Amino acid sequence: MHFAVIVFPGSNCDHDCYHAIKDVLKQPVRFVWHKETSLGDAEVVILPGGFSYGDYLRAGAISRFSPIMKAVSMHARDGRPLLGICNGFQCLTESGLLPGALRRNESLRFVCDDVWLKCETSRTPFTCNIEPEETLKMTIAHGEGNYFCDSETLAELEDNDQIVFRYTDANGNVNAQANPNGSMENIAGICNLQGNVVGLMPHPERSCDPLLGGEDGLRMFTSVMQMVISS
Amino acid sequence: MITTDVLATEEMALDHGLSPDEWKKITETLGRKPNVMELGVFSAMWNEHCSYKSSRIHLKKFPTQSPHVLQGPGENAGVVALGEGMAVAFKMESHNHPSFIEPYQGAATGVGGILRDIFTMGARPIALLDSLRFGAPEHPRTPYLVGGVVGGIAGYGNCIGVPTVGGETKFHPCYNGNILVNVMCAGIMRSDAIFRGTASGVGNPVIYVGAPTGRDGIHGASMASAGFDDSALEKRPTVQVGDPFREKLLLEACLELMKCGAVVGIQDMGAAGLTSSSVEMAGRAGTGLLLRLDAVPCREEEMTPYEMMLSESQERMLLVAEKGRESEVREIFERWDLPMSVVGEVTGDGRLRATFGGDEVADLPVSSLTDDAPTYDRPREPERGLPPDDPLFKLPEPEDMGSTLLKMLGHPNHGDKKPMWRQYDYNVRTNTLTPPGGDAAIIRLKGTNKALALTTDGNARYGMLDPYKGGMLAVAEAARNICCLGARPLAITNCLNFGNPERPAVMAQFSLSIEGMAQACRFLDLPVVSGNVSFYNETNQVDIYPTPIIGMVGLLDDIQKRSGHGFVSENDAIALIHPKDEAPLPKTCAHEYVWLETGQEGGDAPPISLDAEKAVQTACRRGIDMGLVHSAHDLSEGGLGISLAESTIASPNSRFGAEVWLPEQEGRLDGLLYGEAASRILVSVSPHAVDALHEAVQSCGAELTRIGRVQEGAFVVKTPDNAPLIDLAMPHIVAAWSGALSEVM
Repeated sequence: MHFAVIVFPGSNCDHDCYHAIKDVLKQPVRFVWHKETSLGDAEVVILPGGFSYGDYLRAGAISRFSPIMKAVSMHARDGRPLLGICNGFQCLTESGLLPGALRRNESLRFVCDDVWLKCETSRTPFTCNIEPEETLKMTIAHGEGNYFCDSETLAELEDNDQIVFRYTDANGNVNAQANPNGSMENIAGICNLQGNVVGLMPHPERSCDPLLGGEDGLRMFTSVMQMVISS
Repeated sequence: MITTDVLATEEMALDHGLSPDEWKKITETLGRKPNVMELGVFSAMWNEHCSYKSSRIHLKKFPTQSPHVLQGPGENAGVVALGEGMAVAFKMESHNHPSFIEPYQGAATGVGGILRDIFTMGARPIALLDSLRFGAPEHPRTPYLVGGVVGGIAGYGNCIGVPTVGGETKFHPCYNGNILVNVMCAGIMRSDAIFRGTASGVGNPVIYVGAPTGRDGIHGASMASAGFDDSALEKRPTVQVGDPFREKLLLEACLELMKCGAVVGIQDMGAAGLTSSSVEMAGRAGTGLLLRLDAVPCREEEMTPYEMMLSESQERMLLVAEKGRESEVREIFERWDLPMSVVGEVTGDGRLRATFGGDEVADLPVSSLTDDAPTYDRPREPERGLPPDDPLFKLPEPEDMGSTLLKMLGHPNHGDKKPMWRQYDYNVRTNTLTPPGGDAAIIRLKGTNKALALTTDGNARYGMLDPYKGGMLAVAEAARNICCLGARPLAITNCLNFGNPERPAVMAQFSLSIEGMAQACRFLDLPVVSGNVSFYNETNQVDIYPTPIIGMVGLLDDIQKRSGHGFVSENDAIALIHPKDEAPLPKTCAHEYVWLETGQEGGDAPPISLDAEKAVQTACRRGIDMGLVHSAHDLSEGGLGISLAESTIASPNSRFGAEVWLPEQEGRLDGLLYGEAASRILVSVSPHAVDALHEAVQSCGAELTRIGRVQEGAFVVKTPDNAPLIDLAMPHIVAAWSGALSEVM
């Protein structure tokens, strides 16, 4: 199965995603330059982290206008798997493919740290191999990861099973101390109504190797691989 | 014919920071007076920052050769072979003056500058480290400077996607009016694809790529070549503004361009911008350059040739391509939405000529700006800066040793720096094996079983007490840090931060310090492959302590055979690797402890025998290689007390404490606990493996002395006759340590 990693000017986790898919997951993957207009034969599309367009104006606010985003939107509307990580998540909310917005961290500082996450739903292609309530350890590295939406949207997210991950402590408890950026309801990742588009602030591609402290992130990639192969 | 409508005068030369003798030399060289733009070029190339005129004769003392050195000093960065066709390019540079004036942009552009030095060589940057020195924590400007510098490093490094993996930060009042921001970068490349800053091949096009030129940073290098007074902050307009997004594009475009084979030479436009890049490239190749300044991309209107030549706008590169391949270069830079412009060509006349608006605005011999620039052997007069008596002996022995330890751990020099490094993306690129905070950073080399070990280190107090020994100690400690991971030290870069070289005492410090470093480098077989000198670190005629910072790269041949500094298992034996002819612990030189207790500094720098140092380092590496050593951490400022505490704090969840008996030896107990010495490494080892380690250490010519064991929950230090000195619960230790930066952040 084929993966595509979109490269915007300023993407900087593109190589990490590529490495995780090619060398760890051992699946074909190619970089797709943002000026391209077709995703080719890609079955899974990843918008990687980084600082597309330097995060100027707002994170993700400019990259959503890149030529490739038309094809990405089509891919999403066709119900195919699309994952936005960190800056990719910001781009998905800016482009309206996911609801809500990501604001400056409450501390007003960039934060890089390991966090614990609780998986809230197994219905997405990227979490189908992860049990609900299971806790995973991943790295965050962002300055604008403070998830926000209005109360109606929040109710919809809850009602429609669109919250994918929440920040927790090591024991899986959702509490204020475990919230690294001020996100509403400790939300770390969400999906669209259909479930095929997932965005999250933590970096699954950074925890795909026991040498680097864990393989929990790899579960998201093996999940989507299994989902696509079995369909 | 050169335009002479605005001829320079001696008065203007003095305003440009040149001396009357230097003005005379210029007029003699040219056989005429320079015009104003030419004067600007001379002032930019002859200032301390670019010409190294006060330091050059001393820097020659460094050993720079070794079979694995692929590129030594004189290029944008040094390059060392790693085997398997790989090489590492690395360098460290200071951005002290700009960071004091405008901390965020000063630090950010320091990061940007050193990154360009690395990717100019053809290497992909994979790690950044920062060595920072701030004034006293209680100084009113310190929190502002810390916040700005950390923010600037984070803002630039995070955006461009190069992890900030280590470094060190110290606070001392000698930096109240002149902080130090030294940034080191390492990049990985193929050993057969090194790019250099040479403008060879007459007729080849000279191409400008990257950001357009603005009026920022004009005379930035000159600003860095003079001391500060109370009006320092008025120099803010000379500080450049960084754009990491643009640099990210430049980085990717340059690396892509280098693969296409059209590049003859490339250099970043750093200090003194277009002037220094063009002059240095021509100088290295022995050629000349003709620059057509009308073609320089500008972001402001009506810029003069003088401004174009002296602007320090960031994120720009100058390159020489093979003639006829301009379109390939253009294609790549257009793809990355970056300006590209052919601004001149390589000539064979050895002159830097520039035209603008149909006039020739400069015509200077390149050699007059490079090899023939003035060099000075400035007068040196050693002067003792601190009293010779060790103030430890005036201090009454403390009644409660535990509270002295907590006080030290709670000082920003020793406490948890996580509030700083948590703002840095330290694991982007997925190579960082451990978060910052250890003796050195470990960066794996994908596709191999190897890893790089990287560290920065320096101790200004030792330099102040004894510059020669201080230089030796700095090199030795950096190498020891690398060995504590199990890695083999390969080579060094350095940032030599000193005061005003026109003062003989400072020049003596500089010269002696270099001699000390060179001696240690020769002995430990550590070539110096790149570096940077920062003089005029002074405010109102008060110099900083001499602060040579060492940046070191080591290689871990087998990534599985490595060690961290935290204890890992309960009941492991705790032991010291130390010189075989010396007691396990020093009994004096408890400098950091005495200073924190009394504010006094004096006495001598710790003694060091390079033979013993080498033996201890080899022994530590051997122990790790044999799989016997579970943790290793060198003794540094604060001696055994601080190192022991750090090894307990770094244990899993800070769960493990220690039970340690001070060895039976002469000396005050506080001196033994906090005394600072070279050649001491604190290790933990399985109780069953102590004998095997003992034997291995002895076979390397060093000694191992067992001093205690790892235990759950409590931090206990006892006298040799079992009387308790310190008995603290681990949460107590952790609380003191983790709150240390609250005053400054």
